[in-house]
Amino acid sequence: MAGKSSEPMMVKGKRLDGRKTNEMRPMKIKMGVVPQAVGSAEFSMGKTTVVAAVYGPKEVHPRHMMIPDRALIRVKYDMLPFSTTDRIRPGPNRRSREISKVMSSALEAAVYTKKYPGTVIDIFVQITNANAGTRTAAINAASAALAHAGIEMRDLVCSVAAGKADGTVMLDLFQPEDNFGEADLPVAMMPNSEGITLIQMDGDLTKKEFDESMKLVTEAMPILYELQKKGLINGEASFEGGKVK
Amino acid sequence: MTEKLQIKDKELVVPGQILAEGMSYIPSGKAIRNGETITSTVLGSASVKGHVVKVQALSGGYFPRKNDMIIGQVTELAKFGWRVEIGQPNQADLPLRDASTSFIEQGSMRKYFSEGDYVFAGITEVGKFIRLSTKTRPHRKLGTGNIIEVSPSNIPRIIGKQGSMIKTIKDTSGCNVVVGQNGYIWIQGDDLEKVLLVQKSIEMIEANAQTDGLTEKVEKMLKGGKK
Repeated sequence: MAGKSSEPMMVKGKRLDGRKTNEMRPMKIKMGVVPQAVGSAEFSMGKTTVVAAVYGPKEVHPRHMMIPDRALIRVKYDMLPFSTTDRIRPGPNRRSREISKVMSSALEAAVYTKKYPGTVIDIFVQITNANAGTRTAAINAASAALAHAGIEMRDLVCSVAAGKADGTVMLDLFQPEDNFGEADLPVAMMPNSEGITLIQMDGDLTKKEFDESMKLVTEAMPILYELQKKGLINGEASFEGGKVK
Repeated sequence: MTEKLQIKDKELVVPGQILAEGMSYIPSGKAIRNGETITSTVLGSASVKGHVVKVQALSGGYFPRKNDMIIGQVTELAKFGWRVEIGQPNQADLPLRDASTSFIEQGSMRKYFSEGDYVFAGITEVGKFIRLSTKTRPHRKLGTGNIIEVSPSNIPRIIGKQGSMIKTIKDTSGCNVVVGQNGYIWIQGDDLEKVLLVQKSIEMIEANAQTDGLTEKVEKMLKGGKK
């Protein structure tokens, strides 16, 4: 929360990019973008673009990380130096380590890890362009890449954030809303079972605003699920103007 | 409880998708029962036969089962026998006593298999270790030839119904082809052109695994290359 903006975030009931409060940015998904990987996906949400690649199940190195009765889900979230407005130093930092950790637990809930004992499933996520909502986009890409890799899963994991900017609760914040807004609430869910696998909150929301945000997120889940499903079946899919194609 | 089928035959399904509702349906393959519904666990193609709902994975690695016939590469010689890489996370063991019917003298292990050799072997045990056997025919060491890798989920299509596809490939090309269930395929032939043609036709099968009438297409492709 970089402080309040002098500009209003809502003009005549519309947001700065012309969306309604319950509207998501246009999205795109493409499968198999990394031929070397077992499964891969490119996912974009507005200007945020991520590439996820899945390797494994394979033997665990270093050996001490091996879990004898189930698979280890290892996520590496990384932002490319040119993905932000200022160059960011390449390599792991405190923020990317946290996101890797929460992503791995968000995805682990959906994978039948007991089917792959003593192995590791490596998921590499690269943020090629960051425009807010990178962790939610990363989870969507990673979930589709896991399914593309043929890994047995309970459900796909869909993720989107809600938040508050200029006193209004809205869905899928983009850069200015995230920077100058009051709160950000990324959520990941398994749409078929409605199980929540990730929820974080940055900033403050009242109980009422929180419930409202959760309602927005829950209502958006079927769209994300449909997009991932279409992408997996047809190789690519997009969401634009309220329709999944 | 309503009994309802949510999908059509040969439809592509994704993980977590509900395939059927009600207790009268039976899950098979990669489908599982989840309370009163049947869901898919993988990205795959579903098939419905009566009340059996089956899902076959479109992609994914190889998971060994007993009596599978596989192709592996010898990676190392150990005290007990050979270690073999079979395209999955853990290496398999080929113990001395299961390697050959004849007695293997000390220091003569390389006469049978040495590092880098490909073997066509059967799986005798899957548990903590994967054990292989090359004692009985058709299991053997594979000599000079080309090895190609395909997705293990496409192997049934490459073999065909009662081996029809693989028979067509072998007969029309005159090449020697051995298919391992783990996704490795060994091709050997005197004419390099034909070997490459077989390779190409297998790639074609992989790309069009979900379509019908492949056997005729392959036959045409292999015969067309003869001219």
